[in-house]
Amino acid sequence: MPASLFPPYEDLLRILPEIVLTIAGTLVMVLEPALRPERKRLLGGIAIAGLLVALWGTAVANLFRGPAFHQMVVVDGFATFFRALVIVVGILAVLCSIHYLQRERPDSGEYYALVLFSVVGQSVMAAANELIMIFIGLEISSIATYVLAGYLRDDRRNNESAIKYFLLGSFATAFLLYGIAWIYGAAGTTNLVEIRRVLSTPELAPPRFLVGVSAALMFVGFAFKVSAAPFQVWAPDVYQGAPAPVTAFMSAGPKAAAFAIFLRVYMTAFEPISNRWEPVVWLSALATMFVGNFAALLQNNIKRLLAYSSIAHAGYVMVAVSAHSEIGTAAAMFYLAAYAFMNVGAFAVVTHFARQGEKYVDVDDLAGLGHRQPVTAALFSIFLLSLIGIPLTGGFFGKFYIFKAALEAKLYWLTVIGLLNSAVAAYYYLRILVVMYFHEPGEAAQTVSPVAPGVKIALWASAAGTLLLGIFPSVILDFADRSAALMK
Amino acid sequence: MHPVTNVHYMVLSVALLLVGTIGVLTRRNIVIILMSIELILNAVNINLVAFSHHFGDVHGQVFAIFVIAVAAAETTVALGILIALFRNKETVLADEVDLLKW
Repeated sequence: MPASLFPPYEDLLRILPEIVLTIAGTLVMVLEPALRPERKRLLGGIAIAGLLVALWGTAVANLFRGPAFHQMVVVDGFATFFRALVIVVGILAVLCSIHYLQRERPDSGEYYALVLFSVVGQSVMAAANELIMIFIGLEISSIATYVLAGYLRDDRRNNESAIKYFLLGSFATAFLLYGIAWIYGAAGTTNLVEIRRVLSTPELAPPRFLVGVSAALMFVGFAFKVSAAPFQVWAPDVYQGAPAPVTAFMSAGPKAAAFAIFLRVYMTAFEPISNRWEPVVWLSALATMFVGNFAALLQNNIKRLLAYSSIAHAGYVMVAVSAHSEIGTAAAMFYLAAYAFMNVGAFAVVTHFARQGEKYVDVDDLAGLGHRQPVTAALFSIFLLSLIGIPLTGGFFGKFYIFKAALEAKLYWLTVIGLLNSAVAAYYYLRILVVMYFHEPGEAAQTVSPVAPGVKIALWASAAGTLLLGIFPSVILDFADRSAALMK
Repeated sequence: MHPVTNVHYMVLSVALLLVGTIGVLTRRNIVIILMSIELILNAVNINLVAFSHHFGDVHGQVFAIFVIAVAAAETTVALGILIALFRNKETVLADEVDLLKW
């Protein structure tokens, strides 16, 4: 007989952000049928309010650090960091979406519920300390994102994006699950800390073959979710086909959450066999940087270009993972935060510029934007410079800390190749800047409309975040440094 | 002596995994690809329940129930996406979905 049917209230407070977001998402779904199409934007307001309360809930949960629900969830600095990050990404994505949805599909508001549920899943992933929770969080997040990718269901590009995302995504998740089943068979537990204990005790250590295969299978699943080579093939197609604000969302939020579980699983559970997985992550980091940067050189569609760029950025974070140290973990956390701001900002510009039916999504369409809308162009330039890694932007310090961590882990070749890759990347980002400022305004720039208020807020907030991380990196980095020691 | 051991379950599960993987990689029809993914998930469930029985630990069985529930949700979403695709393109063949490429 259990002591009490109800969990202690500290446990409930530790999952406060998830509770708040679930309530807000349900509220959106209940209110959605009752509102007339022109009032659906109200639901966007509810979503933002819910996300803000959840951000407060994250701070409250952070006061009650420790494991909850029989070690299923753990609230530590690492969890708080990623929870806050995915919630902020959610807010920015909703801000970008309000005007976009009014224009493309005014009759439906369940979009906001899907964003909220996806954030719930990512938040669960951030705090999961257990393979079951990791799987559930991943699926809550993924299923909502599959639907979002195909949200404009009369648009063929959306259909194609959703079906490709779904098929490859669930295939990869199936492999992840198979890996989880084997590690459960090998270690007899699904708790990450317990797995670590079993693997590091020589008398208990299970057959190395079983552990190796399950770590490899789980790597397939995680590498897919973070779009690391050789499992990155889906990303360009999905990012290009999905609605622009959804791409902004899924290139930042789910990716950060996937890196959170990746780091947690490989830095706690599989740490005793780190000499086995380090070379694999090393190779994957290398391939990811090359594929992302070199394929991006050839792109003309700006969403596809940014998709390849997002693959390349996943490669830089993989460098930090393969450093396999607390400094590496902190560097990865900082980079993901900087990346979230600059990438969502860049996609917010795409959202604004694409217009009805996403007509203008080629790099050449941006010609002359610098003359027509100097402010938007200047903000876009900040994001692009940050993506290159120019000083005074978050992207610079992100790369700096990652390569510093790589050098301290004696990964000299990876550092050299990473730096060369950043130089290659500068070419395709600068090309956008050149088109924007030095080409004669084309038809697309002539007809550009003023920036919608939601997108404007998202743009300014992302730019502020990017510059803040570039000028005062210690604000986030100190927190990341203190949180990088995971529960072991 | 119990005739069925863990090894038997694992062999069955690996066989199902292979059938499912080959199905995903070689079939063109998206509905059959979905069925193949379900096969892999069932391979996972067999493993989980067998190990759970072996350890006398209930976690594996609970996990299997979660996998079944999530797989059902996933299939629902997949069929929804597929119907939207079919309405616009009149096809369920994976290689005819080729609008986005470089």
